[in-house]
Amino acid sequence: MGRFHRHDDGTEHDHDTELGEHTHDHSHVAGRDVGDMTGYVTGTERVQVLEAIFDENDRVAAANRADFAEHGVRVVNLMSSPGAGKTTLLRETLVRLQGRSRVGIIEGDIETSIDADRLEGLGASVALVNTGNGFGGECHLDAPMVRSALGRVPLAELDVLFIENVGNLVCPAEFDVGEHARAMVYSPTEGEEKPLKYPVMFRTADVVVVNKIDLLPYLDVDMDLFRRNLASVNPDAHVLMVSSKTGEGVDAWLDWVAGA
Amino acid sequence: MHELSLCRSIGQIVRRHAEDRRVTVVHLQVGQLRQVVPDTLVYCWGLVNEGTTCEGSVLDVDHVPAVIECRDCGATTRLVEMSMACGACGSTAVAVTAGEELLVTSIELQGV
Repeated sequence: MGRFHRHDDGTEHDHDTELGEHTHDHSHVAGRDVGDMTGYVTGTERVQVLEAIFDENDRVAAANRADFAEHGVRVVNLMSSPGAGKTTLLRETLVRLQGRSRVGIIEGDIETSIDADRLEGLGASVALVNTGNGFGGECHLDAPMVRSALGRVPLAELDVLFIENVGNLVCPAEFDVGEHARAMVYSPTEGEEKPLKYPVMFRTADVVVVNKIDLLPYLDVDMDLFRRNLASVNPDAHVLMVSSKTGEGVDAWLDWVAGA
Repeated sequence: MHELSLCRSIGQIVRRHAEDRRVTVVHLQVGQLRQVVPDTLVYCWGLVNEGTTCEGSVLDVDHVPAVIECRDCGATTRLVEMSMACGACGSTAVAVTAGEELLVTSIELQGV
């Protein structure tokens, strides 16, 4: 079978005719001004490793999950692009769950406590994780970051914990933080093609909340096309039509959360 | 992006296996469904390794194509674009069987 092949100069092609020639596809990339050393320089020793790069993250995610299970807390990882409305949806969620469910929130942001401040005073325990680290800030929450915040949310007293991830459609999809379900907030102003442009993120979502549906009459966006695009990358995704502003659909979202 | 985090994790794994020896090459497997930008990965690899036994080492990335297997007809389809449907029968009851790899397969160490 031919294999995909990418070269240093960025060109790519298949080697359909080179039967058995290529056992794997390599882009030989140098860390510095070092040449291609994969010709096995004499005097080097090759050591088999076979370790997943996410092993450490996944170990911590499993520890988080075990802690959540021990305390009977349902955990939802909430992801979206910046500005899709995660914090507003959470605010509406807290307003409705006040006195009904005990809610905790881990709020991930690169800088500032603005979002965490918006969620104060609604009966939830809010722990902020700023991911700024001197390199401009991590673009996602990983399992150790979430773990570092667990000491600041009273798990034993909670029914539900929302982890509001950093607004980004790429990196958060890659990191298991120990959640039970993944929810994505999508705003119709982002266009119909988003699932095709960010398939990994849309593929990992258990539910996609189409937020800001009060705007639909003013937009040219084709929601049937959006649903078809979503189904092509994630046939199992559940879709909820919501407006955090008018409150439409928020109860269906709460039902989903209750069963997550 | 998250390539910096990945490089820190790769560095930890590599140094644990290399002990104090100098690393010349790190072989990785990266699946097509992993959102890793090779050039960014290389740039970050240089950043996180200054002053370590990995400084100057080469990242050799083995790209693994994404493959899905149909639960209805059993056919396997190599994904060219992210459309989760069987190439033979069109069913969307499919499972990803390759393309999610992200691992350090082996390292090369300078002789003593």
